[in-house]
Amino acid sequence: MKVGVLVFPGSNCDHDAWYAIHQNLKGHAEFIWHDSHTLGDVDAVVLPGGFSYGDYLRCGAIARFSPVMQAVKNFAADGGLVIGVCNGFQILVEAGLLPGALLRNVGLRFICKEVALRTETADSPFTSKLSKGQVLRIPIAHGEGQYFADQRTLDELEAEDRVAFRYLENPNGSARDIAGILNRERNVLGMMPHPERACDPLMGSTDGLGIFQSMLANIPVLTK
Amino acid sequence: MKARVYVTFKPSVLDPQGQTIRAALNGLGHKGIEEVRQGKFFEITLQPGEDLDAIARDVLSNPVIENYRIEMLD
Repeated sequence: MKVGVLVFPGSNCDHDAWYAIHQNLKGHAEFIWHDSHTLGDVDAVVLPGGFSYGDYLRCGAIARFSPVMQAVKNFAADGGLVIGVCNGFQILVEAGLLPGALLRNVGLRFICKEVALRTETADSPFTSKLSKGQVLRIPIAHGEGQYFADQRTLDELEAEDRVAFRYLENPNGSARDIAGILNRERNVLGMMPHPERACDPLMGSTDGLGIFQSMLANIPVLTK
Repeated sequence: MKARVYVTFKPSVLDPQGQTIRAALNGLGHKGIEEVRQGKFFEITLQPGEDLDAIARDVLSNPVIENYRIEMLD
């Protein structure tokens, strides 16, 4: 079982993700450079946080066109598990793997602090080891984390139980307090908070572990 | 040839930067400024045959939140 951590120019949470999977979860993780056309033999993919391509044009807009993203699209279409955190979430919405967009925080400030999240569904490979309603303390660190989608898309996300996490106190103006969402097939998760920064007791919270533990327990057997 | 591409937020999208600029202008005494919407502007030099509409739609703007307008010069 191996997790691929994508690395774009400007990624800066790639090592945090690697450390969480390798050290805290005793799994195997390897880095995949953005210009790779394949994901190799990985069983799941992490798009880490950071500032890919300096956030030029729009956050995630240029990373979306990286060769590796075509491989990620194929991997996701085949049912592979893909989690995007922070800038990784921004890349997933730009790539069209998740609906909506992430806008500048209401209040304009970059916010770096621990927040409380409510788990809204346990019915996904990323939350199966959590319980619905479970509150997690996980840090956020973003300037552009205001989740936006039109009303129809928001209604659809709720009707299909695709809101994975909500903020207890909305820090950035996100529509309907949304902090993380799933795709329709439930094998792609995007979230602004950083679970990889809440996996080691040294970091003050280990509430992020449940997300990765769920993911590692639910890796599907894909025909490659 | 040269072209200009303007990318602006859709009316339904909140623009906190524009609101902050409007508040600053009001604070400077420009009481008549009612609304500011901030957008992006691209100056592009291109050869004939490039599909600028596709570029503006697929790359320069995000259709979920933004509209674009192209102006061809000379």
